[in-house]
Amino acid sequence: MSWFEKLMPSRIRTEGGNKKAVPEGLWNKCPSCGAVLYRAEVERNLEVCPKCSHHNRIGARKRLDLFLDPEPREEIAAELEPSDPLKFKDSKKYRDRISSAQKATGEKDALVAMRGKLKGADIVACAFEFSFMGGSMGSVVGERFVRAVNAAIENNCPLVCFSASGGARMQESLFSLMQMAKTSAALNRLARRGLPFISVMTDPTMGGVSASLAMLGDVNVAEPNALIGFAGPRVIEQTVREKLPEGFQRAEFLLDKGAIDLIIDRRELRDRIANLLGMMMARNSAA
Amino acid sequence: MNLDFLDFEQPIAELQAKIQELRLVGSDNEINIQEEIEKLEGKSRSLTESIFSKLSPWQISQLARHPLRPYTLDYVERVVEDFEELHGDRTFADDHAIVGGLGRIDGRSVMIIGHQKGRDTKEKIHRNFGMPRPEGYRKALRLMKMAERFRIPVVTFIDTPGAYPGIGAEERGQSEAIARNLWEMSGLRTPIIATVIGEGGSGGALAIGVADRLLMLEYSTYSVISPEGCASILWKDPEKASLAADAMAITSRDLKGHELIDDIIPEPLGGAHRDPDSMARSLRNSLVEALDALEPEPLDRLMENRYGRLMAYGVFNNG
Repeated sequence: MSWFEKLMPSRIRTEGGNKKAVPEGLWNKCPSCGAVLYRAEVERNLEVCPKCSHHNRIGARKRLDLFLDPEPREEIAAELEPSDPLKFKDSKKYRDRISSAQKATGEKDALVAMRGKLKGADIVACAFEFSFMGGSMGSVVGERFVRAVNAAIENNCPLVCFSASGGARMQESLFSLMQMAKTSAALNRLARRGLPFISVMTDPTMGGVSASLAMLGDVNVAEPNALIGFAGPRVIEQTVREKLPEGFQRAEFLLDKGAIDLIIDRRELRDRIANLLGMMMARNSAA
Repeated sequence: MNLDFLDFEQPIAELQAKIQELRLVGSDNEINIQEEIEKLEGKSRSLTESIFSKLSPWQISQLARHPLRPYTLDYVERVVEDFEELHGDRTFADDHAIVGGLGRIDGRSVMIIGHQKGRDTKEKIHRNFGMPRPEGYRKALRLMKMAERFRIPVVTFIDTPGAYPGIGAEERGQSEAIARNLWEMSGLRTPIIATVIGEGGSGGALAIGVADRLLMLEYSTYSVISPEGCASILWKDPEKASLAADAMAITSRDLKGHELIDDIIPEPLGGAHRDPDSMARSLRNSLVEALDALEPEPLDRLMENRYGRLMAYGVFNNG
């Protein structure tokens, strides 16, 4: 207790207990700058802190909702559900992990894909749901991604993917690893058809997802400060036994090293991706 | 304890030591102990057979990393004629964890690409324990593109704990290097045959593993993460590696059962390292067989088949 507090009569001091008076969820503290923010305002601001521009993580459906025109939207391969080819069990059964993730997120698996429009132009967009088992890529994620690519080819339109993933899903072991090859092969086919792929890496994009579809954009975009890399920072620290440099594996670091084309603020994503695609598709649409 | 034998092989090591001892005695004296030696050798053989007939996945993963296990260049020496190693990615460096070059198998030109581990401490460091950096994958890609230009089949040998998790590797785009190889290999217009000869460690293995034929030596492993890594994440305890090895289906037999690989190449009794020459002969036969099957294929059909294989990966429910 400081001398000043000792001087003050206790009844005019602010009590910590008063916080309970604020209804839950009405106010939020920014995890980056600590500013106390009105929840509705943050939501209006696309989950970006109005004070420091920190980008909160957002779910797959919200992501697509913010990105696509309101109409029309058609989900791709929504019927696919994960299975458990290895009957995998660690401290918990994979089956149980799936059903609790499904209950918690309302999603069948960690990728949502949709046909829709961006400022009136046809587009296929998909987004990872990070809260579904860390956005990990297993057979369903791989298959949905491929179906999204096929839909883009069918519609002769571009593909945009928002990634947020810890990497391959361990519980499907080599099946998961092979999704890296499968999704990359589909992107190769998309490229041969002359259709653009824009990869938007959001926080975090790591491991098998970063080392396959996410890094294969004709244009690689990242959201500010997103963690992007192959190996996780802790694994690297344990391997090299030195402190990692400040900002290591952050979007700004990747931009500096030449791994990505652009960092785009979430509030500008729609406009700028539409602008890029308009130019990339100019010849295609004219034909 | 004999370090050339793994702990579950120690009973074999003891018998072998006894045989060795008797041999020394035998050469000193005139006593005929040949019979005794033969008896012990028979016993050692049947003991090895019985131990190796019921190996656990964790034991197999130790065999896959056995300190005496033949590495890529050991096979190149025995299988490939006229080998010329080609170095460097033309941009940054020559990564010693991946070797590549032109050679002949059964008189046919091939492009060889493989992970390379080191035998002693100095060489281990030189080879970075078989963990490539981006320049290694880019060297591999350069050689694959060259092979495509000259219509030479690509033959790869997979043997890595994984891509190197280091600061420089991240700075130079480890993710992009792996992703680019997957992308390019899926459309590379020449046959690709990949063989896992030891450890198939995740993306670092797959980056030279997209193929028209995927083979595995009997006691090699292939997995999305090492058993130790999986155990420390899912069990929060790296000591549970043997459980993780069981759960992940990492052995050639399990993966063949799930139709994730094409063929298993049987190993000599006690593993490849007990008889590298005979292992190399079987490997060569399998490679020649795969080349025979793939080389006559029209390129368009080869590419369609490869794409079909890749798209077939995955198991899910259709709602």
